Amino acid sequence: MDFVKGLSRRSVLQVGAMAAAGASGFVPTRFAIGNTAKVKVGFLLPYTGTYAGLGEAITNGFKMAIEERGGKLGGREIQYVAVDSEANPAKGPENTNKLVSGENVDFIVGPVHSGVALGMVKVVRESGTITIIANAGAGAATGPLCAPNIFRTSFTNWQTAYPMGKVAVDRGLKNVVTMSWKYAAGEEALSGFEAGFTKAGGKVTKQILVPFPSDEFQANLTEIASLKPDGVFVFFAGAGALKFVKDYAAAGLKSIPLMGPGFLTDGVLKAQGEAAEGVLTTLHYADALDTSENKVFRAAYAKAFAKEADVYAVQGYDAAQLMVQGMAAVKGDAGAKPALIEAMEKAVIKSPRGAFTLSKAHNPVQDIYLRQVKNGKEIVIGVADKALADPATGCKMA
Amino acid sequence: MDVWFFLIQLLNGVQYGLLLFLVASGLTLIFGIMGIINLAHGAFYMLGAYLAWWLAGLTGSLVAAVVLSLPLAALVGYVIEALLVRTLYKRDHLDQVLLTYGLILIFNEAQRILWGNDVHGIAMPTAVNWSVRLTETLSYPVYRVILSGICAALAVVMYVVIAKTRFGMWVRAGASNRDMVAALGINVKLLFGVVFAVGAALAGLAGAISTPISSVAPGMGDTVLILCFVVVVIGGVGSVKGAFLGAMLIGLADTFGKVFVPDFASFTVYGVMAAVLLWKPRGLFA
Repeated sequence: MDFVKGLSRRSVLQVGAMAAAGASGFVPTRFAIGNTAKVKVGFLLPYTGTYAGLGEAITNGFKMAIEERGGKLGGREIQYVAVDSEANPAKGPENTNKLVSGENVDFIVGPVHSGVALGMVKVVRESGTITIIANAGAGAATGPLCAPNIFRTSFTNWQTAYPMGKVAVDRGLKNVVTMSWKYAAGEEALSGFEAGFTKAGGKVTKQILVPFPSDEFQANLTEIASLKPDGVFVFFAGAGALKFVKDYAAAGLKSIPLMGPGFLTDGVLKAQGEAAEGVLTTLHYADALDTSENKVFRAAYAKAFAKEADVYAVQGYDAAQLMVQGMAAVKGDAGAKPALIEAMEKAVIKSPRGAFTLSKAHNPVQDIYLRQVKNGKEIVIGVADKALADPATGCKMA
Repeated sequence: MDVWFFLIQLLNGVQYGLLLFLVASGLTLIFGIMGIINLAHGAFYMLGAYLAWWLAGLTGSLVAAVVLSLPLAALVGYVIEALLVRTLYKRDHLDQVLLTYGLILIFNEAQRILWGNDVHGIAMPTAVNWSVRLTETLSYPVYRVILSGICAALAVVMYVVIAKTRFGMWVRAGASNRDMVAALGINVKLLFGVVFAVGAALAGLAGAISTPISSVAPGMGDTVLILCFVVVVIGGVGSVKGAFLGAMLIGLADTFGKVFVPDFASFTVYGVMAAVLLWKPRGLFA
């Protein structure tokens, strides 16, 4: 019995080996691959942990844009490879390598966490893999670490915070306390706000940084109450944003206006409930944006995924648009990198947020909206800064 | 920096410490009595929070949700003990770590499948949705006071049960000498199953009752888990009294660290742990 089993297994292996050898004879040359083999698109996004919802939205938005445009990139079918970044900066380079060396992808889309982005950027600067950052706002990725193959369809942390400085002063808020988690995104947002705020004549009385991702804010809220500022500017996102806004209201601090980049309320507004009333935010997108592009996009997204689209879905959607335009220009030849990059640089993205182009550092030049929560809904008050480009300090495109 | 400010921060620290105690007490019970390193403890915390959120949506009442989620968390704990953990008592800690780490992954994935990846919150019940005004600008939410009361009451209940009842005697005996307890005719299997279920229920309860002042989100159990281990290690493995003091110490260290040495805020908790372990390598009460 054992003998027969062993024999049959061996013969199966032989057949397998023969089949593999035979197949390899038909593998086309590299040039021919250009139009026949699938384009490999790698997602480096968080699919578990605090940011899992964001990774999901970016993936959904991306795939929706591709489906709407015929499901292909430059005429080629797409193969998706997803790696869970776990929003873990320590694993950033390793996870990027999984896609770059392990899977040999043509494109990378991701990540959410700025720390992961910095690790990823180091790897793709070496490999030259075309990369579209669909969320992480780390300034360095389109600043000192910018590279021809690195693009961004989201924002820089600076962009989402700088315009609020002038808004605060215009509203008569002269002394403001800022607060965030002690990590790249938070610190960049706070310094962006401070730059705009001091330029307009305001003064940051105190900057409070708490360990990431701690969400026990009570001690610092007590501190804010004792400082009695005119306003408070914070950067928090996801579960931390939900909790901060609720704690802020419960601590009786609502008489002091609360401001921040839009992540403070996006996606968690309903759960924040009454506590979010009156919160002022700036962001490159607003769910309530009254344009036909946005309405069509939101309706299609809601239909496809049975949930409301958010800013992350928009960023994923636009990453796909950018890729589609680039690949159309080179007719699907992802190997023709200079031409591909040139086409992507010139792209005009008809985004649900409003059309935008890319700066020399490959970061969106976009309108930043001022929004406020009124009666449980995010209302767009106006444009806080028109066609705002990140200063991209330190970017020298090779 | 007046006296009021200091007193309010003291209150913040005690309140945080009490909540930490509630989560960590279950871990120290399981760790001390059964010798199981339960990395999935944070997952039970998450389970409690998600159950409370889900049941509150169904029933419309937070109290009902908390009351219902408690036996559910205990049941899940009991089933996991009976099916999985029980087979590992004779194995070394590494196997237990492997199993309970696997459970974290399974819990997280189950959460994703059942409830999705969105961040949720529970509205504060209107009856307790008010605050006590402490200073001109600061109020203290009354729910936090109630929460502290519940945690303190549970600490007392646990103390009485463990120190004064027959069940508590078995538990203490089981912690010191498992084989002897079994030899004396106590059904150790059942005892351990119940202890594991109680531990899971305590973590679940902590998750459930903190939902109105917290958020219900993927990965919420992971940060809690680390703090729980810090508390348990400081207190001395298996000592509920130690866990209480450890939790208070961590609650205060975290609160005052954030206010007075903000640059080292992420370190204060571990600094306290290191200091305690240098002084008493086996924890305060071991």
